[in-house]
Amino acid sequence: MLTAADTEKNGKEMITESFSEYSLEGNTLPEGFRLPPPEDEEAEEFFVNIGPQHPSTHGVLRVVVRLNGETVVEVVPHLGYIHRSIEKMAENQTYVQNIHLSDRLDYLSAFSNNLCLCMAVEQALEIGVPERGEYIRLMICELQRLQSHLLWWGVLGMDMGAFTTFFYGFRERELINDIFEELCGARLTVNYFRPGGSSVDVPGTFIPRVKHLLKIMPKVLDEYSNLLNKNIIFLERTKGIGILSPEKALSYGSTGAVLRGSGINYDVRKNDPYSIYDQFDFDVPLGSVGDSYDRCQVRMEEMEQSLRILKQAAARFPGGPHRSQPQQNYKLPKGSYYSQVETPRGLLGVYIVSDGGIKPYRLKYRSPNFSNLNVLNELAAGHKVADLITIMSTLDLVIPDIDR
Amino acid sequence: MMPSSAELYPVNNFIGDLVRSIFQQPAAAVINGLLALLSLMALVGSLGAVLIFLERKVSAHFQLRFGPMRVGPHGLLQPLADGIKSIFKEIIKPAGADTFIFFLAPLLPVSAAFLVLAVIPFDHHLQVADPAGGVLYVLGISGLSILGILLAGWASNNKYSLLGAMRSGAQMVSFEISIALLMLLIVMLSGTASLRGIVLAQEGTIFDWWIFKLPFLGIVAFIMYLVASTAELNRTPFDIAEAESELTGGFATEYSGISFAMFFLGEFVNMFVAACLVTTFFLGGFHAPLFGLPVIDPLLNLIPGFLWFFAKAFLIVFLYMWFRWTFPRVRVDQLMYLEWKIMLPASLILLMLSGLFVAQGWVG
Repeated sequence: MLTAADTEKNGKEMITESFSEYSLEGNTLPEGFRLPPPEDEEAEEFFVNIGPQHPSTHGVLRVVVRLNGETVVEVVPHLGYIHRSIEKMAENQTYVQNIHLSDRLDYLSAFSNNLCLCMAVEQALEIGVPERGEYIRLMICELQRLQSHLLWWGVLGMDMGAFTTFFYGFRERELINDIFEELCGARLTVNYFRPGGSSVDVPGTFIPRVKHLLKIMPKVLDEYSNLLNKNIIFLERTKGIGILSPEKALSYGSTGAVLRGSGINYDVRKNDPYSIYDQFDFDVPLGSVGDSYDRCQVRMEEMEQSLRILKQAAARFPGGPHRSQPQQNYKLPKGSYYSQVETPRGLLGVYIVSDGGIKPYRLKYRSPNFSNLNVLNELAAGHKVADLITIMSTLDLVIPDIDR
Repeated sequence: MMPSSAELYPVNNFIGDLVRSIFQQPAAAVINGLLALLSLMALVGSLGAVLIFLERKVSAHFQLRFGPMRVGPHGLLQPLADGIKSIFKEIIKPAGADTFIFFLAPLLPVSAAFLVLAVIPFDHHLQVADPAGGVLYVLGISGLSILGILLAGWASNNKYSLLGAMRSGAQMVSFEISIALLMLLIVMLSGTASLRGIVLAQEGTIFDWWIFKLPFLGIVAFIMYLVASTAELNRTPFDIAEAESELTGGFATEYSGISFAMFFLGEFVNMFVAACLVTTFFLGGFHAPLFGLPVIDPLLNLIPGFLWFFAKAFLIVFLYMWFRWTFPRVRVDQLMYLEWKIMLPASLILLMLSGLFVAQGWVG
């Protein structure tokens, strides 16, 4: 095992060409951002690469961890392993073509990503959406939130060593994915919404399926919180671990359950209502301490709130057209446009600069995961390796959204 | 007065006597030893296959799956296929690994299981050896299995492995103490350290087993022993040495092919061994669960003791599996806290209280 101290001690013998190229020094933060060196000079610190191929990074995220025994001293996320230059590609595609690229940002909230892009286009061209279209958007996005959180719950258990939760979470998620599959033929990368509504109308089985889901979900959620979230080991592993203060949460720009877990009441659906969210009655669950447990509880309660919204929407699901008249090309007038939605992971914004053509001059996504990832060092330093994994899991990261 | 099980099954070593009648003394002893070894090897081999199959099926049914279904009826031949696969896989030795220790380490957990199985009384006369200090022997040998993990982690030249080994080292020195104290409790109650003697001391009905014979404290001791042995076994919720979601594979990260399979086999057979010890210490070993009822008891006694033994042991194995597929994992410092701050004082108090119970004659 090589530590930085070892290399200094042994001098040139240790330094081969490849070693200096991949020197561990390069894995730390830039000078000035580094944590102070340990007070105890005898302390033996070493680096561990968690990722890019690791069971708990849920994708190709590489986290370089400086460890002192079991204790985490510093965490530095290294990005770029799944960079596909989606924002650059966007400049060479029309707005409708861009919708399918937005699926690939955060694949667990593909509908919300679609919606965000469509809303920017609608805002620019002042396209209206029929009532049925708005209801479809809202219900689908809430279903999406539910399936994303179910997956998160399953993976959270797995990261803590309780493998079984993964399969339970997937059981109900499968029902939701079946709805999506029937809707548009895809389960993950859906490419469904269009400016002015959605590409196709929902099938006749949509509302019965949602009602079936509404019937079984409350019981299932109770069961799940009894199985994992009330387990004494779970409580010991999450309470007081990875505390994010409200000030820090704001300064890092974290959103979603990470921000609300710290007790800050901000939800785009409430604070800046889009679609028809202002017509629905739901609460924004908040945490108090900002630890891992609060983030978990916020997500668990969000699932219940999503069910509330779905119940109201299913009861008054209107008829009529699902989409206003589509245009052949969406030519955005010269200028810049911004829209934002609340995805299951937080605030997704899309910023379009148009030169008046059929393609965007520049398209920028403001992804929630990137900001949420950046608090990792703040949260994990001083905790054990096992807690680093739990904290990463409670941030609910989707890596392709970070790199884009 | 119903016949005691010793009368029903008098000590009778048929094969041993046969060998002795054919061969002269030195040769007979060697042949008998080899036969015992052979039977143990057969036991370990078949147990490994059965337990791996069982774990896969149990976990599958906990997780809404079927588990292996393709190889043979209900996937019965899957362990065989897995075994053949792992034998033919390449064994990769990482650069910088300590070759001798790297290949020695996987053998230790299995050998520990072997050695402990030799003193387990499966039935009245189904026991390879019955040393007077059987409990001490078990205690000494079972440390070997964690030693294997420790060496594997150290020899792999991998940081994940080393972290896993460090964790299991901490685990080794701590939970062994609780286990030793609880074994001491049983020795005190039974008045003997021979495993066969401990089982014979629990003769009678189900209420003569130590779990029930010692009022209330027996159940507490049983639960504590279960917890401590789960920690000894490195199984969830105490599988911090492997911790696949944190350390990718912990001590076993760098192992492949048959050397990984040996770890796997060792883990499963050790689980069975631990279950055997629980059965021996608390659940009356090979005694049938009699309730003191006139009609049913003779019927239960008709079933041979080793079947009762295996039934009880597999029940405990199922408990271990149940733990594994239900609980999240504890953190390494919480594990230490559990041992030194809770389990150790509790087992000391338990030992003292039981001594009081015995002195006052409240046992049984």
